[in-house]
Amino acid sequence: MFHATVMAGQGETVVRVMRDTSQKKPKGYLLVVDGSVPTGEDGLFCRIGELNGKELTMQEMTAELAKEALAVLAVGTCAAFGGIPSGAPNPTGAKSVADFFKDEGITTPLINIPGCPPHPDWMLGTIASVLIHGLPSPEALDEKLRPKEFFGKLIHDNCPRRAYFDAGQFAKTPSDPGCLYEIGCKGPYTYADCPTRQWNNGVNWCIGAGAQCIGCVEPDFQDKLAPMFEKIDEEGLERFKIKTR
Amino acid sequence: MATRVTIDPITRIEGHMKIEAIVEDGKVQDAHCSGTLFRGFEIILRDRDPRDAQRITQRVCGVCPAVHCTAATLNLDSAFGIADKVPDNGRMLRNIVLGSNYIQSHILHFYHLAALDFVDVAAVAEYSGNDPELKSLKGFISRGELAPFVPRYEGDYRFDKSTNQELTKHYLTALEMRRLAHEMLTLFGGKMPHNASVVPGGITEHPTIDKITRYLWRLNRIRDFIDNTYIPDVIAVAKTYPEYFKIGAGPGNFLCYGAFDLDGKISDYASRKRLFSQGVVEGMQTYKPLDPTKITESVKHAWYDGEDAIHPSMGETKPNAKKEDGYSWIRSPRYEGKVYEVGPLARWVVSYFAGQVQVKEALDACVKELNVGLNDLNSVLGRHAARALDTKLVADSMAEWILTLKPGEPVCARFEIPEESEGMGIVDGPRGALGHWIKIKGRKIDRYQLVVPTTWNASPRDEKEQPGPMEQALIGTPVKDSENPYELVRIARSFDPCLACSVHTVNLKGKKLGSLRIV
Repeated sequence: MFHATVMAGQGETVVRVMRDTSQKKPKGYLLVVDGSVPTGEDGLFCRIGELNGKELTMQEMTAELAKEALAVLAVGTCAAFGGIPSGAPNPTGAKSVADFFKDEGITTPLINIPGCPPHPDWMLGTIASVLIHGLPSPEALDEKLRPKEFFGKLIHDNCPRRAYFDAGQFAKTPSDPGCLYEIGCKGPYTYADCPTRQWNNGVNWCIGAGAQCIGCVEPDFQDKLAPMFEKIDEEGLERFKIKTR
Repeated sequence: MATRVTIDPITRIEGHMKIEAIVEDGKVQDAHCSGTLFRGFEIILRDRDPRDAQRITQRVCGVCPAVHCTAATLNLDSAFGIADKVPDNGRMLRNIVLGSNYIQSHILHFYHLAALDFVDVAAVAEYSGNDPELKSLKGFISRGELAPFVPRYEGDYRFDKSTNQELTKHYLTALEMRRLAHEMLTLFGGKMPHNASVVPGGITEHPTIDKITRYLWRLNRIRDFIDNTYIPDVIAVAKTYPEYFKIGAGPGNFLCYGAFDLDGKISDYASRKRLFSQGVVEGMQTYKPLDPTKITESVKHAWYDGEDAIHPSMGETKPNAKKEDGYSWIRSPRYEGKVYEVGPLARWVVSYFAGQVQVKEALDACVKELNVGLNDLNSVLGRHAARALDTKLVADSMAEWILTLKPGEPVCARFEIPEESEGMGIVDGPRGALGHWIKIKGRKIDRYQLVVPTTWNASPRDEKEQPGPMEQALIGTPVKDSENPYELVRIARSFDPCLACSVHTVNLKGKKLGSLRIV
């Protein structure tokens, strides 16, 4: 296992763990990618360690490890869809894992688990499912390669404030009661089980705390869904194929 | 012969970090420190709706996002002209959101990031008691699944077997405490990381008796852990590794922006009353009030183009990944042109000399218990001790603040986004002084600059070639075994760095360098 935040060791010792895994266990490990892949300036925007005196970039290590992995999990919206670093004007050439795979011709199975942050249940649930049942069938993923189990339902359809929307009762500022649609809630465009799962052991969630959903699990977060606190205009409704009453 | 020691990456920090040090005659002769990750948040923020800054800047990092949302909203409040209009409920709930993140972050740092440098988890292989968690860990180790605890540096684990086992149990209990602290934040923040509720004007969540109660039982469980586990464990490490009060001294200059607004009526963040005082202390004696106009940033040795030593409100972000003189993505912030350390130690030293009574009493008791002088706190152990005291004072204060909330009263002030304006948000986060600066034009962000705590601590050399605080702490350190340079990683981790960071060597001119790669 390689995870720089929890490992006791450091330096080449731990970089070697990464390389050894890809060489000694081909198709016998999962690669979890966290963060978009910066491809500008030959990948120099993110260097992740050294081996034999050579600095390794995230770009080259992602390609090396992904090729031999059983499957790749792009965890978080940056890895899944590019996220904030890829926002205009994308100063580092940041790419989602899917786009990076296209450029590099990598065909390893990919599962996207977006979210900013991704819910731990989404990540652990997906990893556990792969370990117990093997790779998900194509029907288990949506067209954005997200597990339908977690990303199959529209937030708007399960929102406890939905009745306000249907009754036309809208909040004017974020701390008001009422539906938050008019002040920019992206729940009508966002597929995730936040309303039922909730966050941090079921304690609360964004809309539960009176704040708008910002659509953090969607590929269009944060450029097309911006500004976060403004209602999506007619053109946006068209673009997202949204049906309103 | 001088030996080049390379450690890349430094693990158990937030981000990637590299240390290369020149060791000669058993001592670090020189070291450089640098960050290896650049994402360009400041560039991405341009031309966006100013309100989005709070959501976007939080996402700089999932470990202490709460302080970025705090700095960003203070910044926006000041730019929108409502810094003195935030209702008491909103101000206190912001303190409670930030404080919950403080205690989570500090417990994380001591147990899950730093402790493995002092505690030998492998001792659990010989555990013979009945604790279910330790038995489960023992089973894990006996199956040969030693990650993440080995491989590691060997040679300086000093606790006996049963103490190692007990401290490992605390490592596991600390996970539960962090979950509880996240839940506390989530009660009023919606989720953690990246809360949804802190906004310009205040907060979107309302205090209710139900939420206050659910908050308080969690907080009291954590306070029990802080008093009876965390603080005794820090004392145990300090008494077992006592020479670390003499290792890792930084520049001896400390800076703090203050934290936790106890008053919302004064618009100037540098002078409003806060739990921790704003100010600077030079040489562990002279307190001076904070003057934010004296902050400058140098890019001489950072991978950026632009002018040197300018105020962050004028700062530009022009990356140049292949700059000749550069060795870091981190810039070099300085105060009055001098090198300052930030973080819990700086916070406590500044508040101590500013005369904050609770801080003075606690710090005096601390040095007495540990049998050291005030100057010895400028060290690896001093940073750990200050962080533990910080956790306790913040947790104890929150137990009082939570009872001052007034259910049913307003939480948020209204505002208009001005056509043109400027703002500044300064506040201490878990890792130290955090500043956000904004310039608004045409109701959009024209310029946004962040100067984060680790930028201060892990900064590279500046335009006057002064090494940054962490570089200074590494230089001069005795290294017993250059194949297992645990001293260097203990120093680096004592700062709790929260950025991708790397420490490079300088070639000693005219000397032959042996090269040793640490494996």
